[in-house]
Amino acid sequence: MIKPLFKREFLGYFRSPVAYVFLVAFLVISVSLALSRFGGFFEANSASLERYFIFYPWLFLFLVPAVGMRLWSEERRSGTIELLFTLPVTTLEAVVAKFLAAWAFVVLAIALSFPLVITVAYLGSPDWGVMASSYLGAVLMAGAYLGVCSLTSSLTRNQVVSFVVGVVVCAALLFLGLSGFTHFLEGFLPVWIADAVANFSFITHFEPLLKGIVDPKDIVFFLSVIGSALLLNVIALER
Amino acid sequence: MIEVKGLVKTYGTKRAVDGVSFTVRRGDILGFLGPNGAGKSTTMKMITGYLRPDAGSALVDGTDVAADPVAVKRKLGYLPENAPAYPEMTVAEFLGFIAEVRGFSGSEARRAHVARAARLTHLEPVLGQAIETLSKGYKQRVGFAQALLHDPAALVLDEPTDGLDPNQKNEVRSLIRSMAVEKAVILSTHILEEVEAICTRVIIISRGRVVVDETPAALQARKPGARLDEIFRSLTQSE
Ligand SMILES: Nc1ncnc2c1ncn2[C@@H]1O[C@H](COP(=O)(O)OP(=O)(O)OP(=O)(O)O)[C@@H](O)[C@H]1O
Ligand SMILES: [Mg+2]
Repeated sequence: MIKPLFKREFLGYFRSPVAYVFLVAFLVISVSLALSRFGGFFEANSASLERYFIFYPWLFLFLVPAVGMRLWSEERRSGTIELLFTLPVTTLEAVVAKFLAAWAFVVLAIALSFPLVITVAYLGSPDWGVMASSYLGAVLMAGAYLGVCSLTSSLTRNQVVSFVVGVVVCAALLFLGLSGFTHFLEGFLPVWIADAVANFSFITHFEPLLKGIVDPKDIVFFLSVIGSALLLNVIALER
Repeated sequence: MIEVKGLVKTYGTKRAVDGVSFTVRRGDILGFLGPNGAGKSTTMKMITGYLRPDAGSALVDGTDVAADPVAVKRKLGYLPENAPAYPEMTVAEFLGFIAEVRGFSGSEARRAHVARAARLTHLEPVLGQAIETLSKGYKQRVGFAQALLHDPAALVLDEPTDGLDPNQKNEVRSLIRSMAVEKAVILSTHILEEVEAICTRVIIISRGRVVVDETPAALQARKPGARLDEIFRSLTQSE
């Protein structure tokens, strides 16, 4: 029963111009950040996309909640949630279907960066392993952000509230891993606690993948963030 | 067919439904009456598995909603109050989606069911129109079409004729009457003539409790010669 729900949700993005605005905005912002002075895509003089992906955690912080905010808030606001949950589907199926549709949409946005891949392939000889693991990391991290946003959107019927709460929770999960914050914690907490806290950050698990290090730990981390967010999502809806 | 035993639902400190019990057999059209806020919609939401009751149970065709909600939802057609539907979809897309979720996955079966539902509710002229651009009466018909699409054994209709023009009201009533031969139907309404016209039984609820459960003729016999709305007023204001 997941397929029709997935299809409706995914195609739903393209029924409004918002989807196209989003895809273009994502592409323009991500590429211009990479090409900017801060990114130094060309100055780095290496055939890799690291300077492009390095901004993803920050970009996702605002763009993924924009995709995820409507997932459940919109159903609550328009009353269609009552229709959905009197159709023969379980809450879990509905949560998974809607999540996968939103994830597929974000993956599409990420995939639109392929001209950059062609560019670096044309200009030099990139390390395809690193390239693949970077894309894997980006997709997994997008899923983790989206899981959190799906959960927060199930808590309110207001999309703006849903967006803001989504950004705040994701920001918390991001900042935990910034080295400045970890050093700050180490000032008054044992190092192992500071490390444990940093371990909950998206950045901590994203950066190794950017460097081409595929550690199962990082993959399991992202998958378990997705899993637990969706589980809480189901509980929040069945409440 | 539908068996309701001691349903209770409390919102905060307010008891919206307070021990409602009744049964509906095949061939019955049960008219659900009561002042605003009496608990009609809340009772229907519990029968259809959208809300979990605080106490009591609802059985459809022998299956307890609490034990196997998906099985019950498969057997039921439900028109929620205000007929929620996904506004950006066209009528055809929406009914196609419902058909798919209802398990008609082959495109031939899907088309046949959508066509039948659209024919019964006179939706053919607007099949290609987005639901958000429909008038209220047409939206209501979309909700009705969605509820009877899978030819369910039991129908729960929350104010099915709300917003319809007089011709359509009659049309819907005769449709309900013709379908009810092999179905169990519960419909709520504020139109007392509707009850006289099609219902085989009347339940009046007031402040969450059943105050009347009898045939329309017996209700009329309580005060021979009086209009039904006078009888309704005396029954729902006496407490
Ligand atoms: N989500 C909710 N939260 C709090 N109270 C609610 C909620 N839904 C319904 N109620 C309350 O429960 C009571 C019964 O509401 P219900 O919608 O079942 O009435 P109704 O009989 O369908 O009325 P109407 O004829 O106006 O449709 C009302 O007092 C209403 O305010
Ligand atoms: Mg109501």
